[in-house]
Amino acid sequence: MIRKTVKIKNKLGLHARPASLFVQTTSKFKSEIKVLKDEQEVDGKSIMGLMMLAAGNGTELQILIDGIDENELITAIENLIERKFDEE
Amino acid sequence: MLFKGISASSGIAIGKAFVIESEEFCPVKKIIAKDEVKKEVEKFRKAISDTKSELEKIKTAASKHLGKKHIKLFDAYLFIADDPVLKSEVVSKITKELINAEYALYEVIEANAKVFEKIKDQYFRERGNDIYDVGKKIMKHLTGMHKKTLADVGEDSIVFADNLTPTDTLAMKNENVIGFATNQGGKTSHTAIMAQAMEIPAVVGMKNITSNVNHNDITIIDGNEGVVIVKPDPDTLENYRRRIKNYKNEVKELSQFVNVPAVTSDGKKIIVAANIEIPDEVRSVISSGAEGIGLFRTEYLFINRPEFPSEQEQFESYQTVVEKVFPNPVIIRTIDLGGDKLLPYFNINVERNPFMGLRAIRFCLKYPEIFKIQLRAILRASVFGNVKMMYPMISGVDELRAANVILDEVKRELKSKSVQFDEKMEVGVMIEIPSAALTVDLLSKEADFLSIGTNDLIQYTLAVDRVNEYVTHLYDPLHLSVIRLLKNIVDAGRKEGKWVSMCGEMAGDPSYTEILLGLGLEHLSMGAASVLKVKKNITKTNLSAAKKITDEILNEANRDILIQKVNQRKGH
Repeated sequence: MIRKTVKIKNKLGLHARPASLFVQTTSKFKSEIKVLKDEQEVDGKSIMGLMMLAAGNGTELQILIDGIDENELITAIENLIERKFDEE
Repeated sequence: MLFKGISASSGIAIGKAFVIESEEFCPVKKIIAKDEVKKEVEKFRKAISDTKSELEKIKTAASKHLGKKHIKLFDAYLFIADDPVLKSEVVSKITKELINAEYALYEVIEANAKVFEKIKDQYFRERGNDIYDVGKKIMKHLTGMHKKTLADVGEDSIVFADNLTPTDTLAMKNENVIGFATNQGGKTSHTAIMAQAMEIPAVVGMKNITSNVNHNDITIIDGNEGVVIVKPDPDTLENYRRRIKNYKNEVKELSQFVNVPAVTSDGKKIIVAANIEIPDEVRSVISSGAEGIGLFRTEYLFINRPEFPSEQEQFESYQTVVEKVFPNPVIIRTIDLGGDKLLPYFNINVERNPFMGLRAIRFCLKYPEIFKIQLRAILRASVFGNVKMMYPMISGVDELRAANVILDEVKRELKSKSVQFDEKMEVGVMIEIPSAALTVDLLSKEADFLSIGTNDLIQYTLAVDRVNEYVTHLYDPLHLSVIRLLKNIVDAGRKEGKWVSMCGEMAGDPSYTEILLGLGLEHLSMGAASVLKVKKNITKTNLSAAKKITDEILNEANRDILIQKVNQRKGH
């Protein structure tokens, strides 16, 4: 199991398009992924859940991943956030 | 039972009620047996996959016309439709609570959308609408689209609905429909305009008429008085049969004006043209004796369909109309999309205030690639007759220039390919925003003609939503501000030697004919059903007397006196 804190860096935050990319990435993996903002916890494969977090620019999110490909998944997610979802 | 509303299109009819349920997102809850769970879950999964293929189709169609950025929004919709949490919540509700898939979906969508309502950030809060939109799409597939459609309308039907969208009314171009009655709407709502085009009675703004009428009830609709009578007694029925007969006689009397030129009693020739919404209306335009088409709306090409129309399809449509009306002119208005005319394959963000939002020329300037296709089609059609073109919702000179830059680009392109078009095609602007009416002196220097769209001009000037039944009584074409703006527009056009037309509803209301002529208007364009009534009033009008009364009105602060003066003149 991996637990990691990440910071959203793109201008608009996890809005519809980045949330789509997030889900597109996570659904390729077998591991389970939870995303937490403060007390709120959502499924990292649910676009609805991710948008509910209303994670704007600068938001810190905790990511919990559990499964056989957890290492690959966390790398992919960190990569996506680092690339600012190819937004800018 | 008698119900009163707003008269939106004249005529009287007796027929059977056809009630369209409103598209509310609220299915009936049904308890299912344990052995039905599997079937219900299967049904839900199929609805999901159908929704996904529908969205894929829309996405493919849209990708031909839009940039990548916009296509991405469809991806978000696709992911919502495929959301594992949404799916598992619905399936678990069906399984554990033993309820039907429709109700399970409804509860899950409601619960999730509620979470969004509490979000402070506006952008994220509005994503709740996306959840609803997708939810509705899934629901549509789940219920097998069994909502009664206008294609099912039987003979002699009076259609009852909450509100009719342009998409609905276009599907209704049907001989079986003999009247409309709606809960919402005002005198110039789309339902009204469409009913006038179809020459059938309509009563709108009836608040809750749909709950007071049942399918197949015998009903009387009186569009002249703004009245609907559900299940009338035999005497009333007989009375109305007589009224229908009288009304038909009146229509017959008007028919003698078909071949009479529209000339005032003191010899001034007025051009009376007609507005059309779809090419099929050309026939009634020609039979009404109108001299050309003063407003050819082109939205019909874009709505009620899964993808954008091609250049060829648009061209053929314009060509047909232009050829039929030749040698009379056809003024083609470039698309006025946005507002209440949302495209299912394009604008997936519902605007909070669409009438002040991205529509008409604003939409075209933002998406020039869509605009250019229409401009090419219009230019190509211009060699087949007498074509003029105008831009809607121009707010000032800058927008006219920006639109013309794109037009010039398209012209150069066509020239380089040796495609023929009318190089002298006149290009005008619609004056329907107060800012345009106030800078019309500058606009008339650069536009070839002006066309006044009174519906929007009045609603923007008076800040009255014409579809809002609570303020529709404040929608006043005779408001002094409106009359003064009209005067300003006509004078500015005349000063620059440009002709000025009026194509809004006001032009088609015979009680305003004298005032409009008095203001100096010489071109009026209206629904074909109004042409003869207006023609009749023109022949009765003495232009110098009309000018005198109009001058008086322009400074009349007392509205009651103003109205009295206008009404006194009726029938003169």
